[in-house]
Amino acid sequence: MAALRALVGVKRVIDYAVKVRVRPGGGVVTDGVKHSMNPFCEIALEEAVRLRERGLLQEIVVVSCGPQQCQETIRTALAMGADRGLHVEIPAPQYESLGPFQVAKILAALAKKEGVSLVLLGKQAIDDDCNQTGQMTAALLDWPQGTFASALTLEGEQLTVEREVDGGLESIRLRLPAVVTADLRLNEPRYATLPNIMKAKKKKIEVLKASDLGVDLSSRLAVQCVEEPPQRQAGVKVETVDDLVGKLK
Amino acid sequence: MANPLRGEVLNLYKNLLYLGREYPKGADYFRSRLKAAFLKNKDVKDPEKIKQLISRGEFVIKELEALYYLRKYRAMKQRYYEDDNKNK
Repeated sequence: MAALRALVGVKRVIDYAVKVRVRPGGGVVTDGVKHSMNPFCEIALEEAVRLRERGLLQEIVVVSCGPQQCQETIRTALAMGADRGLHVEIPAPQYESLGPFQVAKILAALAKKEGVSLVLLGKQAIDDDCNQTGQMTAALLDWPQGTFASALTLEGEQLTVEREVDGGLESIRLRLPAVVTADLRLNEPRYATLPNIMKAKKKKIEVLKASDLGVDLSSRLAVQCVEEPPQRQAGVKVETVDDLVGKLK
Repeated sequence: MANPLRGEVLNLYKNLLYLGREYPKGADYFRSRLKAAFLKNKDVKDPEKIKQLISRGEFVIKELEALYYLRKYRAMKQRYYEDDNKNK
């Protein structure tokens, strides 16, 4: 069988357990806040690692776009079983306006450059909740896409993806190369243990710039404002049934 | 005094300490409990007994990993799959 390589995108996001606070003047507070890998990216990566463990993939390349700290996320990905890391370094001011379209352009350029036949991504990130990157990457590459995958089987060049759609599951068959985005129920990601993180320090992370890939990062979107959700009003105790009826009316 | 199992015990302690950083009740809470648990058995000399204790520690590691996974899975499910929760 031909040796297949997979590109897995991992995003560094604010940890799911942290309460996100809005920064006065736009955006959210990210300084001194615990970050981790996007849970959906973890699932996508786990699927790639499982495919490789079954001998269906030869190499897993993980890529993350963003500031220097993204290398920690890449390190975690390497500890989970990826072979090689790519860090597309984007300085903080530019990173603020980086959207799915720009990331999709980077991923598409990397997929061509690395000669991969499978791009595995999380269906969405828990910070911006865009759910667009996978679809845009597939469109830019003109590859078939299997989004919201809850099961995946690879047989030679044939890829069968079970998709979670409204009201049930849809099975589609794709021909490689393809883009797949992972849904929550695809698998149970493993934990990056301390010994594995230590071993991962020996694996290579290549640092690139967006300009090296010929990608234009200018964004045409403007964020109007970022607001906290409205606070829940405190409840009141009613004394009598009549009070309650009065309030309900 | 160097026990051949010393390295294994130390590794176990390090791994648990690392896992404890994410403990829901806080790293400090976990660390004090962990230290107490190890100190309680510091006088154990029997290699069989030590091995037994190490395997117990490894079991705790497995449990913690499962706990973290479930916690994350539940949080994601609650945030992104609202309909499922209503139906069940």
